[in-house]
Amino acid sequence: MTVTAWTAAQVARKVIDNKEFFILDVRNADAFEEWKIDGHNFDYVNIPYFELLDGVEEILPQIPTDKDVLVVCAKEGSSIMVADMLSEAGREVGYLAGGMKSWSMYLEPIKVGDLANGGELYQFVRLGKGCLSYMAISEGEAAIIDAVRFTEVFTKFAEDKDVQIKHVFDTHLHADHISGGRHIAEVTGATYYLPPKDAEEVVFDYAPLEDGLTVNIGSSAIEVGALYSPGHTIGSTSFVIDGKYLLTGDILFIDSIGRPDLAGLAEDWVGDLRETLYARYRTLAEDLIVLPAHFMIMDELNADGTVAKRLGDLFAENHGLNVEDEEAFRSMVTDNLPPQPNAYQEIRHVNMGKITPDNDEQTEMEIGPNRCAVR
Amino acid sequence: MNITQTLDAKGLACPMPIVKTKKAMDTLSTGDVLEVLATDKGALNDFKAWATAGGHTIVDQKEEAGVLYFYIQKA
Repeated sequence: MTVTAWTAAQVARKVIDNKEFFILDVRNADAFEEWKIDGHNFDYVNIPYFELLDGVEEILPQIPTDKDVLVVCAKEGSSIMVADMLSEAGREVGYLAGGMKSWSMYLEPIKVGDLANGGELYQFVRLGKGCLSYMAISEGEAAIIDAVRFTEVFTKFAEDKDVQIKHVFDTHLHADHISGGRHIAEVTGATYYLPPKDAEEVVFDYAPLEDGLTVNIGSSAIEVGALYSPGHTIGSTSFVIDGKYLLTGDILFIDSIGRPDLAGLAEDWVGDLRETLYARYRTLAEDLIVLPAHFMIMDELNADGTVAKRLGDLFAENHGLNVEDEEAFRSMVTDNLPPQPNAYQEIRHVNMGKITPDNDEQTEMEIGPNRCAVR
Repeated sequence: MNITQTLDAKGLACPMPIVKTKKAMDTLSTGDVLEVLATDKGALNDFKAWATAGGHTIVDQKEEAGVLYFYIQKA
């Protein structure tokens, strides 16, 4: 039987199209428990590769023959070994090329909708890490918001669309992933904006992202407007694009809200978070489509793979927007918080420009789920 | 500690450090100690989990100049 190498892009299609899939994850149990490839119709078995060195005969009954089978490990070496063994035992299986490392890096660009005068808004879904980046394009120009570090994906996409990247924003100083914003601005000549209150320690020049700032994309003026919305960090800023879309950064997600502690000041910022979610956002039009910077669970994905929902629906359905008692809210977002994202302090320092790890070190830092939310 | 045998798995990527360690262990007797040198960072968690699964004891481990040293006593 042949062993097929699956790319992360092919696996992403299985996730987005809700296909059935069987994953034999051969990493050790802790790694699997912490972080795996999530899919609505995926089945899993976790058997570490080092328990299969004497053969795979014993596990054959656990491996289905009526659906696609993918063997997954951290980088790919062990999954190839196990896939070869299964193949010799007569099974047709594949392995994930590049392993979980490549899964963590893969971005799927999906169109969210049309903007006025022929403009378009795209969401870049990083399925393996739950990060969401955005590109708004109009009349030959583009703005990017919350770009992850795989900057070539964005610059190549802009080339394919024949648009010039003019503005690059980060809604806040990220703690769970390394921003690609500064690098994209450097290679394209675009302006890189950061909220000054998050940027007190950064060691590079940036344009201040202040409340009320607006930029236009293209001559027919798709407007991108900034709305100061602190709480996840003290500088966190949202965007309203074309009067239709609300980019909430890490303040408001589809099924959860942002946590206030990743820069170390939960007690100080809980009031800001409350004010943003229960006062500032309440003044906005309920028909705005919320586009967050993360998702945490697969249920937050729409049928087309996008992560987007009407603000009015979130007011009705999102638990974090429906805690009337202030004390109960305070306790929810400051007590019993989930563990912080892997290497979050180092990641903040990278995003401040204080340290410059190489590519492998950046990959290591970003291992695991994003953990930016309180549910 | 009496080291019975040394295995140099430096520069090898997963799964080879564990594959070679297992082969070496198979030739040893109960109580013997195998010293393994590895540079694959992923080996750190894998060695622990593999030793636990097989009942072996990691009696010592250290990192020096980017090289991981494991001392594994056979069950």
